Amino acid sequence: MNAQTKIGASRRMFLKAGLAAGGGLMISLEAPWRASADAPPVVLSAYIRIAPDGLVTIMSKNPEIGQGIKTSLPMIIAEELDVDWKDVRIDQAPTDSRTYGLQFAGGSLSTPMNFDAMRRAGALGRAMLIAAAAKQWGVPDGECTTSDGVVTHAASGRKAGYGALATAAAGLPTPNASTLKLMDPKDYRILGRRIGGIDSPLVVTGKPLFGIDVTVPGMVYAVYEKCPVFGGTFVSANLDEIKAMRGVKGVYVIKGGTALDGLLDGVAITADNWWRADKARKSLKVVWNEGPTADQSSAGYAAQAAALSGQPGAKVLRKDGDVEAALASADKTIEAAYSYPFIAHATLEPQNCTADVRGDKVEIWAPTQMPSQGLSLVAKTLGVPEANVTVHMIRCGGGFGRRLSNDYMVEAAAISKAAGVPVKLVWNRADDMHHDFYRPGGFHYFKGGLDKAGRLVAFRDHFVSFGKGASFVNSGSMSGTEFPARLVDNYLLEASLIPCGMPTGPLRAPQSNALSFVLQSFIDELAHAAGKDPAAFRHELLGADRTIPGEDPFDTGRMRKVLELVVERSGWGKASLPKGSGMGIAFYYSHRGYFAEVIQATVPANGMVKVDKIWVVGDVGRQIVNMSGAESQVQGAVHDGLAEALGQKITFEKGRTVQANFNQFLLLRMPQSTKIDVHFLISDNPPTGLGEPALPPVPPALCNAIFAATGKRIRNLPIDPALLRQA
Amino acid sequence: MSTKLNVNGQVRGIDVEPDMPLLWVLRDELDVKGPKFGCGAGFCGACTVHLNGVPIRSCVTPISAVGEGKVVTIEAMSDHPVGKRVQKAWLDHDVVQCGYCQAGQIMSATALLTHTPQPSDSDIDAAMGGNICRCATYVRIRAAIKDAAGMAGAEV
Repeated sequence: MNAQTKIGASRRMFLKAGLAAGGGLMISLEAPWRASADAPPVVLSAYIRIAPDGLVTIMSKNPEIGQGIKTSLPMIIAEELDVDWKDVRIDQAPTDSRTYGLQFAGGSLSTPMNFDAMRRAGALGRAMLIAAAAKQWGVPDGECTTSDGVVTHAASGRKAGYGALATAAAGLPTPNASTLKLMDPKDYRILGRRIGGIDSPLVVTGKPLFGIDVTVPGMVYAVYEKCPVFGGTFVSANLDEIKAMRGVKGVYVIKGGTALDGLLDGVAITADNWWRADKARKSLKVVWNEGPTADQSSAGYAAQAAALSGQPGAKVLRKDGDVEAALASADKTIEAAYSYPFIAHATLEPQNCTADVRGDKVEIWAPTQMPSQGLSLVAKTLGVPEANVTVHMIRCGGGFGRRLSNDYMVEAAAISKAAGVPVKLVWNRADDMHHDFYRPGGFHYFKGGLDKAGRLVAFRDHFVSFGKGASFVNSGSMSGTEFPARLVDNYLLEASLIPCGMPTGPLRAPQSNALSFVLQSFIDELAHAAGKDPAAFRHELLGADRTIPGEDPFDTGRMRKVLELVVERSGWGKASLPKGSGMGIAFYYSHRGYFAEVIQATVPANGMVKVDKIWVVGDVGRQIVNMSGAESQVQGAVHDGLAEALGQKITFEKGRTVQANFNQFLLLRMPQSTKIDVHFLISDNPPTGLGEPALPPVPPALCNAIFAATGKRIRNLPIDPALLRQA
Repeated sequence: MSTKLNVNGQVRGIDVEPDMPLLWVLRDELDVKGPKFGCGAGFCGACTVHLNGVPIRSCVTPISAVGEGKVVTIEAMSDHPVGKRVQKAWLDHDVVQCGYCQAGQIMSATALLTHTPQPSDSDIDAAMGGNICRCATYVRIRAAIKDAAGMAGAEV
């Protein structure tokens, strides 16, 4: 569960309207938004122009990473404005926090943050266009209606298009945001429909849309070699030999700092095409001071975790009741040790950035999920004012959380500064895999107790994670509110931390993508030990419908409903499956979404798991914005979860990452894709995001299906077919 | 080495080393940016183009191996009788998420349908298995291929 559950949708919005440059109506909106009641406000914004020819242009302010936001946020505006979608144009906004407020893509937050504000921005335009028509015709506003960009006065049969009214509307006073009349959802004609991605026609014809496609005049191509051990520093290199190679324009030693998410020491090679730069790099010999992380390895981490598991946890994250006494008096106890590995993001477009540094002015073209953070990093590292840095957000060939870090952006800027010309830095695949901000691995040592009736009476989890001192590494923490916390009287969550020199960061459904595996798998073990149906056992744990309050409220009723519906849709407990096949179930709450999923899988004699079908039921509130995009996000997230469970693992030896390409780090391929039944359970709750919450139930549902099929319990990811092979 | 390359029906002069991969000749020398760089090793298929009608991984194809062969890229698919049907099916099924792999997917799908107009599921698995979609849009890719093939029950 993530912490930001209360959405502080403020009614204090500032709407402005006026004459657009070139004529027509310009609407802008500013609204403060808080992630929770005590969080600092951020500013939301919207910019809409209605031109005299009736075309509506909406600025898309957040990065597009494949989540479809460039299409879905404008759909909300267009709905309330009541225009025909074919008359809507969408422009990508530049990075400018003074104008656009917070611009980012992460945490499945764009929909919950923007839904209400975008509706009001659209409604303002509609109200002003109606007012302009009513004034022109000398009739009350209330007698006018709109449809597809036309205002109609039915009694007199008069009609006027928005374009014809736009300039007149711009001269009218701006109505108060709180008086705006919003559409009745039953009349929606755009929201909830299936609308294709706005840029897809450009994608399928191969237009240069991505960061890696950027070219600027006078540009050279760059590669950047860093120490393979994280945090290592430069000592010396054969620079002169490299300078003499064909096409090479320059070789530069770049001195960086110590922060792993900033500029690190390295050697840049620039050339007249990228391949020549990369080829020259193969002859580069650098002596590094590898530093202390060279002593770290995956095997070392596992040995430390095993040693820590025998000791009490270093810190207590949550304690309810008396877990030791309850375990001692339990009718039955179950113990299990689980682990999951570090994994990489592996965006298909490798990290890249084009930068042009001229004196104290910097211009950047970057695929990034967090452009404002990159802008600040570049300004700080190069010692220039932020006002002198321009960041163009370019479509990302995948994000998944990787491009929340802007290390590649500051590298490109530093290389351009050293070279004195614009550079396009492109990482090769090994760079991308060797210098990620990994989803951290983790170890969980569980003990659970059941009473005579098979009820869960005690739950203990010793979580061995990674950290520096007493702090968890980025994305390696665990909240004391994770299911089944708050539903078991005697509960203890304690943690111990292994020192870690590897950079870590959020990967799609951070924390949840790992914690769901261990928690929903161990719950399954407890259900079987209790002799109960795994769905019924979970149902019983949820108890009566209620919202469990606190910093991270959890609505047991919403979870119960998605659980019951996925049981029904999948034929859980009713379907008669062939030998070697089984169904597994799991649910998870993350990013404000409630998801329950069933997976049917078959395990043949060779141990290679085949997923037959997946049923997904999700509750993300009262309104699906774009049904096509929503289903697509769920299908992608579910497949992503399968890939993580079936094959993904990053390992470290001597402080460096072992895996270098897709033959070692496996992504899902067409033959492994599967049928996915996606159903959204509409509930009377604010609409929330879909980039992430469908993923977490997948790994445990799959492992639970494997147990149902074979009686073998998977406690370590990725799934090892050797354990499932029949002799 | 000074030579000529036939790309999308145009013969263009280039001066590159014989071991330079076709992908980088296209992208950096000829400004044909549709084929994408994903892995540099033939594992992901983002760089897929047609050489004499056969889908190849241009990131591991040295320019010396291309010779006078006809290279066709995503940029020419709107004029390709099968390619344009595939593009339309891609839009009809709203396949694209991030879109980075889709040029390669469309090139592989077009080659498949050109040689196997009515592909089975296992034909699709075999022809498309070398193209990774990191967003995992496979359900829609499969449906779009069947749709472009004019097969009934294209929904999977």
